[in-house]
Amino acid sequence: MNKTHDNRAWFFVLPVVALVAFNAIIPLMTVVNYSVQETFGDNVFFWAGVTWFEQILRSPRFHDALTRQLIFTFTILLIEVPLGVAIALTMPRKGPWVPVCLVLMALPLLIPWNVVGAMWNIFALPDIGLLGRSLNALGFDYNFTRQPGDAWFTLILMDVWHWTSLVVLLAYAGLVSIPDAYYQAAKIDGARPFAIFRYIQLPKMKRVLTIAVLLRFMDSFMIYTELSVLTGGGPGNATTLLSIDLVKIALGQFDLGPAAAMSLIYFLIILLLSWVFYTLMMRNEQQ
Amino acid sequence: MKRMTRLVPALYILFLMLPIYWLVNMSFKTTNEILGSFTLFPKQFTIENYVTIFTDPTWYMGYVNSLTYVLINTAISVVVALPAAYAFSRYRFLGDKHLFFWLLTNRMAPPAVFALPFFQLYSAIGLFDTPVAVALAHTLFNIPLAVWILEGFMSGVPKELDETAYVDGHSFWSFFLKIFVPTIAAGIGVAAFFCFMFSWVELLLAKTLTSVAAKPIAATMTRTASTSGYELGLLAAAGTLTIIPGAFVIYFVRNYIAKGFALGRV
Repeated sequence: MNKTHDNRAWFFVLPVVALVAFNAIIPLMTVVNYSVQETFGDNVFFWAGVTWFEQILRSPRFHDALTRQLIFTFTILLIEVPLGVAIALTMPRKGPWVPVCLVLMALPLLIPWNVVGAMWNIFALPDIGLLGRSLNALGFDYNFTRQPGDAWFTLILMDVWHWTSLVVLLAYAGLVSIPDAYYQAAKIDGARPFAIFRYIQLPKMKRVLTIAVLLRFMDSFMIYTELSVLTGGGPGNATTLLSIDLVKIALGQFDLGPAAAMSLIYFLIILLLSWVFYTLMMRNEQQ
Repeated sequence: MKRMTRLVPALYILFLMLPIYWLVNMSFKTTNEILGSFTLFPKQFTIENYVTIFTDPTWYMGYVNSLTYVLINTAISVVVALPAAYAFSRYRFLGDKHLFFWLLTNRMAPPAVFALPFFQLYSAIGLFDTPVAVALAHTLFNIPLAVWILEGFMSGVPKELDETAYVDGHSFWSFFLKIFVPTIAAGIGVAAFFCFMFSWVELLLAKTLTSVAAKPIAATMTRTASTSGYELGLLAAAGTLTIIPGAFVIYFVRNYIAKGFALGRV
């Protein structure tokens, strides 16, 4: 669409800017303020410069949390995206089952995050949970509150349960936007199913899949509530991802300086990702 | 082959339903049955857990509080996002691209980063422990989201609609409210749904900004889980009840939900 150039459009965005600025800039400045100071309580602050940033960037604890975070994010992406596309491809395109499928699949997305955590906790408990009990009955020694491997397995399964539907819905929306004529033409040309997927379906899904991948990438970086209810970062520190670690430092130990510095580093990582996301989207849009 | 492929979505839905089934199953059991035996169906079927929730104000007020801030948030977000989305979809103006990107970064801000500063900010302006505080805090990510979704829908409306209306003698606001808003009613519905959803599922900020008077249901549940030991049946019943509003509203937007997640860009 060719847009008119008119700076008076600023009046339309002013309420949004005012509200979001109030919520974003003041808290962010508070964080910046804490990140360069040292406090011994009683509201007495000393200038600390970049001490906290150095401390965080050098601390093995932060490195470990970041590594775990990256492992988690890439694992769920590798599972959720192909699985989501596969499910979208096999879903019915028309008929009475379509709305049923859509509503049932979207259901996990609408459940409060702490309930997701609590539900999976109950579901996976080795003695009274359906999953835990079944796995133990099958001969696996499964206990997600004691064994790090099991905790990771449960965490990833929970995230797949929670968010694969997002990929399914987006991929499905891309698929139904393909006109029937494309398939008929492919049939006349004698194209194999894989060729149809590669040259018709995948290009049509590209745009929505970009959004799906990047939304999952960024939201998995922010995972907190489900995880804190399910394992609380344990056993030990086995599932302590970035935001869990941050809340432990900020609200648990009340180490304002290091917590603020870590917040900023964390936020900068996400900002970088958002920029990549935005650039990719805009490039997609122009095509 | 055709029948085999039908199995994939069916199995996936089965996988989605299992934990929910277990939660609902548990909500109808007594604490003794939950801890004492492993049963696939409630043997001593009881609705006592639900009775407790509906008669104890600390429980049912949790739902009232949650719904209050979710609805306030949805109203604020959609109302301020409408003109902004219109500006982004129709005009170029100084710094428009940067502004759009800045809004996006707030959708991506981890709530964990903002928890402590939000607590101090809302305490300082005297809104701590009110539904308004949570509603305002949630606009941080919901306004950008609403702007994005609405902008996507509005860009699909041809500009000729605006121009014809002006030729017909409509003023801007008369055109905007009487012609444009009804035209993108579906988009507004989707944006409202997403604001509702993200405000409904968020807990960290909601919990940080409330203590007693405006405590959301999610926080009431956390307290039960951690302090009063094993009241699993009660917890399961409360969890089951939180699924219902989502299941209810999802039906109305079933055909648009993907478009909403794609920020109006399918």
